Amino acid sequence: MDVRVQSDAFDAGAELNAFSVGHSAAGAIVSFSGIVRDRDGGLDRMEIEYYPGMTEKALQAIANEAAARWSLADVLVIHRHGALRVGDQIMMVATAARHRGDAFAAAEFLMDYLKSRAPFWKKEVTSGGAEWVAARTEDEDALTRW
Amino acid sequence: MIDVMYFAWVRERIGLPREQVETQAATVAELVAELRTREERYEVAFADLASLRVAVDQELTDFEAPLKGAREVAFFPPMTGG
Repeated sequence: MDVRVQSDAFDAGAELNAFSVGHSAAGAIVSFSGIVRDRDGGLDRMEIEYYPGMTEKALQAIANEAAARWSLADVLVIHRHGALRVGDQIMMVATAARHRGDAFAAAEFLMDYLKSRAPFWKKEVTSGGAEWVAARTEDEDALTRW
Repeated sequence: MIDVMYFAWVRERIGLPREQVETQAATVAELVAELRTREERYEVAFADLASLRVAVDQELTDFEAPLKGAREVAFFPPMTGG
């Protein structure tokens, strides 16, 4: 299991390839990557704040929970912090399992929990000013299905 | 002494990321009540507890959580990861 919190950019394709190597017995690999979306062409940058120490622990706990619930060969979680531009990779998750059902479900679980339970806070900076991204009730509600 | 940390708009409203607080508060709620009496900026930051989350020693908890033995308390808005 590999959980990383970093300011450096990463190559999601290269990470996925590296993750896939060595899981020939797994058979199923699912991945999700999130990128900074524009806001009507006006987003200058996104700033992501985190809680050093707690963020790493929370991500590890979420990954451990996924591994306890589904039959997984491996889990990868990478989440960036700091200043990001439109189109930059923010984060990715990948899961490896013998069967795709486990890999898909675990990846969705990881994403739902990363949204609302991982200590990150996004701020959108435009020419008009800066604004903290508000948590969406749909994201909180998504946790109830697990 | 307890380390009190603030993140995102809570940090911006209070004007600092962390501070050491001398307190006898038994719970997070008691600590918040003490902080609110300090200055206007604390009153503003803690005006709506429903819009805040709290962690004690880096574990998410609630405002009724006890502070006995705690080293670190953090206040922040709902998280927006992913």
